[in-house]
Amino acid sequence: MNRRESLKALGIGAVTTGLLLDVSCKTDTKKLAEDNAPKDAPAADPSRKPDEIERDNKLEAEKFFNDHEMATITVLVDIIIPKDEKSGSASDAKVPEFIAFIVNDMPEHQTPLRGGLRWLDLQCLQRYNASFREATAAQQIEMVTMIAYPKKAKPEMAQGVSFFNRMRDLTATGFFSSEIGVKDVGYVGNTPNQWTGVPADVLKAHGFSSIWG
Amino acid sequence: MSDLQIKKSSTIYDVVIVGSGAGGGMAGYVLANAGLKVLMLEAGPYFDPRLNSAQLKNSWESPRRGASTNTRNFGDFDAAFGGWSLDGEPYTTKDGTEFEWFRSRMLGGRTNHWGRISLRMGPNDFKSKDGLTADWPITYDDVKPFYDKVDRMIGIYGTVEGLENEPDGIYLPPPAPRLNELYIKKGAQKAGVTVIAGRGSILTQALPNNKDRGACFYCGQCNRSCKVYGDFSSSSCLVIPAVKTGNLKVIANAMAREVLTDDSGLATGVSYINKDDMQEYQVKGKIVILGASACESARLLLNSKSSNHPGGLANSSGVVGKYLHDSTGSGASGWLPQLLDRKRYNEDGVGSVHIYSPWWLGNKKLDFPRGYHIEYGGGLHMPGYGFGGGIQNMNGKVAGRDGKMKEAGGFGVGLKDDYRRFYGVGIGMSGRGTAIAREDNYCEIDPEVVDKFGIPVLRFHYKWAAEEINQAKHMQDTFQEIMHQMGAIADPAQGKETNYGLEAPGVIIHEVGTVRMGDDPKKSALNKYCQAHDCNNLFVVDAAPFVQQGDKNATWTILALSMRTAEYILAQRKKLNV
Repeated sequence: MNRRESLKALGIGAVTTGLLLDVSCKTDTKKLAEDNAPKDAPAADPSRKPDEIERDNKLEAEKFFNDHEMATITVLVDIIIPKDEKSGSASDAKVPEFIAFIVNDMPEHQTPLRGGLRWLDLQCLQRYNASFREATAAQQIEMVTMIAYPKKAKPEMAQGVSFFNRMRDLTATGFFSSEIGVKDVGYVGNTPNQWTGVPADVLKAHGFSSIWG
Repeated sequence: MSDLQIKKSSTIYDVVIVGSGAGGGMAGYVLANAGLKVLMLEAGPYFDPRLNSAQLKNSWESPRRGASTNTRNFGDFDAAFGGWSLDGEPYTTKDGTEFEWFRSRMLGGRTNHWGRISLRMGPNDFKSKDGLTADWPITYDDVKPFYDKVDRMIGIYGTVEGLENEPDGIYLPPPAPRLNELYIKKGAQKAGVTVIAGRGSILTQALPNNKDRGACFYCGQCNRSCKVYGDFSSSSCLVIPAVKTGNLKVIANAMAREVLTDDSGLATGVSYINKDDMQEYQVKGKIVILGASACESARLLLNSKSSNHPGGLANSSGVVGKYLHDSTGSGASGWLPQLLDRKRYNEDGVGSVHIYSPWWLGNKKLDFPRGYHIEYGGGLHMPGYGFGGGIQNMNGKVAGRDGKMKEAGGFGVGLKDDYRRFYGVGIGMSGRGTAIAREDNYCEIDPEVVDKFGIPVLRFHYKWAAEEINQAKHMQDTFQEIMHQMGAIADPAQGKETNYGLEAPGVIIHEVGTVRMGDDPKKSALNKYCQAHDCNNLFVVDAAPFVQQGDKNATWTILALSMRTAEYILAQRKKLNV
């Protein structure tokens, strides 16, 4: 198989390297995933098993969080990763939707997040007489500041710190694995290329004399 | 169920093979190419990487961003159809011991998603210098010609090093290290640890005389299986080409129940359940070859009882199931402050190791026998689930762009920038070592439990001993020293309370040894050609025949031994012995 044939096998035209097309395979093996696909759905992904497709569709349809919780999550993720000069915010990258899915997929997140959101609302009610979502922007930042720095947070904030660590992790993962986030962080792989070692200028900057160090 | 019946095929194949992984695939390939009529039973669906791989999907194309699930234990894009637990196919453990069993039910089995690290066992692995374990009935020199043929036929990269117990192969050029790996190499060498180029079954150049396989294009996603067949999978490199000869037929979704024998005790075929129609079938062959995986082949033999073989087929010695051993495994991770704010470029590389450390202390006297190798990694990888996790444990340890120390954790534009700064700084290392084959580490038939097909399941009994635990401690000490020498900030080391991070038996997925070979029929199940002492038209070609594994990953040896067995079968057929 030469390079051109390889690219064809990948569903990539020789000229449009980098532009990825879905490989459509009109063969019997596609039956693997087709059997359980809804009749009017697009052709099933041949890399997925029927039970996986079915499970993902079910998870997509489930709603764990209520509207208030989703709205609170949206405020929080945009405080954690706001829009800046380089890229959009967490909600621009659909991080709330990602979190809504992931709690269905990984139920171990459910109680810590639900309970953490409630903990946060109670803290805000006591301090500001408003839920976190309804508090002013300045109050929200004040509250978040109390739980965003594990080493200097007060002991009575420990549950909030734990909740915020989880929210921060989920927000970062959801953002930087999105199309917006991948572009932001500068990942340029996932495309056919030739690996010939660390580029010369990088080697030099790090004090290595050759690609083998 | 009133219509349940056993459907018996009248066709008699030259060979019936159970399993389509490295062992079954290689035997099928050699025999089909020699003109034999071969039937292959595979417990899972047909799988062709060209059609069924998730290669080149982006993280955001997975709703869970590539995270693992119960049905994709190694991530949403990983090729494995299977996992640590299969619905309706349990296994059990005994006496509070542990064993984890990874099963891939698919054409090509676990070779579709393995790490492609392809190491030969060395002369001292076949014949030990310390005499602690039984020797193989064969030497490295017996296997070397087959390793050579496998290298040429399948393709492997690496470098010729001339090390005593790390035999060189016939190599394609290795991929150069990533930046993280250059730091690791420098640090390890300062720590006195040898580092050489990786050895992996990936085509860094097109394979001469093979038009079906493309060269690697460096996406680093071998675990998803390769659409251009640029790496070794039994499906793409062995079974599918063998099917094209017209001599090999695959029956997918065929779960083998037992090996059938006649009044003389010879194998006559295999019975299986077809998962598609849930009917019982029997197929006939003049020769039966098991390549179902070490534990599954042992299970089949133990479940194949008859008046001639009351303790299970090929088990007059009673060793079937015994001497089960996995590799040891322990790991460490950390990060390199020198890599903060690193320049971006495509550093995907290959989906196997770029560098590794073969065991560098030879037979030096230590508080454990044999040794281990270390696999390394790190680089500008595709962000997926878990990206940025635990930043509060990192961003307080180094100065920010303004030169001032930062408070750990945080939020907002400063935090967002930290994720960029810390991208690609991580490093990881994993030790993989020799675990001693012991008679009292075994799998057996659970007397009470059957799977959903009514087939009695395996029960495991496996305990680590001081030899393995001390080795894991040595690994942890070495990892910390390497991290120190390269100026890395190490994540907390594993200590005594976790047996130094020693993974549970089975977790490394190098389980071998359950149908061991040997010259003495009282102490072994197979002869030196992997032919059953008790049943001369029965062969085992997966990792079950291994007497004692070195620290080397099993696959390359499975391939070499299976090829050797297949050639032996052809020679014996000519002599009309089988």
